Amino acid sequence: MIIDPVTLIVALVTVSTPVLLAAIGELVVEKSGVLNLGVEGMMIMGAVCGFIAAHETGSPTLAFLAGMAGGAALSLIFAVLTQFLMANQVASGLALTLFGLGLAALLGVAYPGQPVPDVAKPFPEAIREIEVIGPILFSHDLVTYLAVALVAAVWLVLTRTRTGLIIRAVGESHDAAHALGYKVVRIRILAILFGGACAGLGGAFLSVVRVENWIEGMTAGAGWIALALVVFASWKPGRVLLGAWLFGGIAALQLRLQAAEIGVPVALLDASPYLVTIIVLVLMSSDRTRAALNAPAALGRVFHASS
Amino acid sequence: MIRLEKRPQPSQGWVIGGPILAVVLTMIAGGVMFAALGSDPLEAIRIIFWDPLFSERFASYSRPQLLVKAGPLILIAIGLSLGFRAGIWNIGAEGQYIVGAICGAGFGLAFYPSESPLIFPGMVLAGLLGGFLWSMIPALLKVYARTNEILVSLLLVYVAEAMLASAATGWLRNPEGSGFPGSRNLSRHPGTNNPELIDGTGMHWGVLAAFIAVIAAYVLMNRHILGYQIKLAGQAPRAARFGGVSPARLVLLCMGASGALAGAAGLFEVSGPAGQITIDFNVGYGFTAIIVAFLGRLNPIGILLAGMLMALTFIGGELAQLMLGLPAPSIQAFQGMLLFFLLALDVLANYRVKWGREAAA
Repeated sequence: MIIDPVTLIVALVTVSTPVLLAAIGELVVEKSGVLNLGVEGMMIMGAVCGFIAAHETGSPTLAFLAGMAGGAALSLIFAVLTQFLMANQVASGLALTLFGLGLAALLGVAYPGQPVPDVAKPFPEAIREIEVIGPILFSHDLVTYLAVALVAAVWLVLTRTRTGLIIRAVGESHDAAHALGYKVVRIRILAILFGGACAGLGGAFLSVVRVENWIEGMTAGAGWIALALVVFASWKPGRVLLGAWLFGGIAALQLRLQAAEIGVPVALLDASPYLVTIIVLVLMSSDRTRAALNAPAALGRVFHASS
Repeated sequence: MIRLEKRPQPSQGWVIGGPILAVVLTMIAGGVMFAALGSDPLEAIRIIFWDPLFSERFASYSRPQLLVKAGPLILIAIGLSLGFRAGIWNIGAEGQYIVGAICGAGFGLAFYPSESPLIFPGMVLAGLLGGFLWSMIPALLKVYARTNEILVSLLLVYVAEAMLASAATGWLRNPEGSGFPGSRNLSRHPGTNNPELIDGTGMHWGVLAAFIAVIAAYVLMNRHILGYQIKLAGQAPRAARFGGVSPARLVLLCMGASGALAGAAGLFEVSGPAGQITIDFNVGYGFTAIIVAFLGRLNPIGILLAGMLMALTFIGGELAQLMLGLPAPSIQAFQGMLLFFLLALDVLANYRVKWGREAAA
C-alpha cells in the first residue's frame, strides 16, 4: 500500500477549501456576536445555485458569483429573523439548514449528472509540473488561493483596522457599542451576509470544481464541521486554516485508505472526519481558560435597543 | 415608523395564535411556491391538507398513515422539548433514532428464530438503551469537557449513518437475502414484529408510547419539581444555579431522556412500518421532530397537535407527488418555511408593535 504524499497534500488542500471558506465566513459572523447554525443550509444553496449557473451559462465566474448570491440570499432570511424579529438564533439557524437542504434539493431536481465547464487553473502548465513544489503550490484552483488570501484578509481586518475593532466591539458588548453610536443591527446584518456569501462560495466550489456534479445533500455535514472549526480555532483566523487542513487531511487520507483496501472497516473510515472533529473539539473546549477567553462575549444574545 | 416594545409577560393570545397564523402564512407562501412549480396552488394545498383525511379515494389508506407518521415525530419531539426548554440543544435525534433501531433490531435478531413473547419487550429496552447511550456521548462531553452539545450531537448523526450502512450491508444483513443489503424482516416474524394494534387505525406500540410520553411530559412539566427546574434553568440559568439546580444533572437527564425516546422511536419504526434495517430506513424524523417541538411551543399538548399536522404534510406531500408530480423535496422546503414563519411570529408574543415615534421621556 503506497500513498503518495504529494498527491495527498494536493487532495488535502482541495478537500479543505469549501470548509475553509464557510468557516472563515462564520468566524466573522460570530465575531460580530451572532451564532448562525445555518452554515450547512447556506453551503448547499451555494452548491446548487453555483452548479445551475455553471451548467446554464458555461461560465465558472458566474457560477461562483451565483453560489455567493445563493448563500447570501438564504442568510438574509436569518438576518431578518434574528436582527429585526429578534428570534432565537439557535432555532433560526436550524430552520435555515432544514429549509436550505429542502430548497436546494428542489432547485436541483433536474440537474444531477449534467455537465459543467472545466475551470481553468491560474498557473501555466510548465510551472505546475515542477517536481513536488509544482503540484503542492501551483496546481490549485483560483478559488483555493482566494480562500487562503481571505483568511489573511480577515485576520488583517479584524486585528489591524478600525472596521475590525467595530465588529469585535459589537460582538463583545452590543449595548456598549450601541451607546457609542454604532449601528449594531446594520453591522451584524452585513456580517451575516458576508458569512452567507462565503459559505455559498464554498458550496459552489464543492459542486462545480471538486465533485463536478450536483448530488442532493452533497455537503454531507461540511457546514457543521465549519462551525466546529471556528470553536476549534478559538475564533482566530490562522487556526481556522490549520483546522481546515487537518480536516481535509483526514478526509483525503481516509478515501485513499478505502481505495487501498487495508483491514480497517469502511464504516470507521467513513466516520473518521466526523470523529476526529469531535475529538479535536473536546480537546480544545476542555481547556477552560482558552475557550472562555476568546469566545465573543455577546455571542448568541439578542440585541434590542431599549432607547 | 414601526417600533417594538418588550412585553413584561409574553402575550397568551399570540402564544396560541402565532402557530395558527404561521400555518396559514405557510399555506400562502407554499401556494406561491407550488404555483412557481407549475401546479394549481389551491389544488396542491387541498391535496396536502384535505384529501388525505376526507377524500373518498385516498382516506382509507391515508388516515391510518397519520398515526404511523405522527407517532415517531411526537415521541422524539417530546424528548427534545425537555432539553430545548432548559437551553440544552440535542439536535442529533436522527442519530439516536438510528442507533436505537440498530440495537433493538440486533437484540431481536440475536434470538432469531425464537418467537418468545419476551423478545419484543427486550427489543424496546435495547432501543431505549441504544438511543440513551448515543445521547450520553454529547451529554458527558458537555458536562466534563464543556464541549458544545449542538455540534457533537449533530456530527454523531453522520457517524450513526456510517454504522447503519455497515450494519445493513454487513453484520445485520439477512443471511438468506441472497446478498442484498438489509436485515431480516422483523415485521413479518412473530416475536419481533410491532403489529397494528387496532385494524385500520395505524395504531402500533410506538404510537401508544408517544401518547404515554405526552401525558408523562405534561405531568412532569406541570406537576413535578423537575419540570419546574427545567423551565427555571431555561429562563434564568443563574437564578437556577443559586437555587440549587445542578446544570450537569439537567444536561444528563434531558439529553438522556431525548436520546432514549428517539432510540425507542427508531426501534418501533424498524420493527413495524419500515420492517427491516436498510441503509436508508431513516427518513429524517429526527430532524423534522425539531420543527414539531417548536411548532408545538415545546408544550406536550401542542406537540401532539403539531406532530399530527406535520404527519399530514408528509402524507399530503406524498399524495401531491403522485397526483401533481410535485418534486419530493418541495414538501421539505414547505416544512422549513413553516418553521420560519413560526419563529418570525414569536416576535408578536414577546413584543408589542407600536406605530409612530417614541414619546420623549
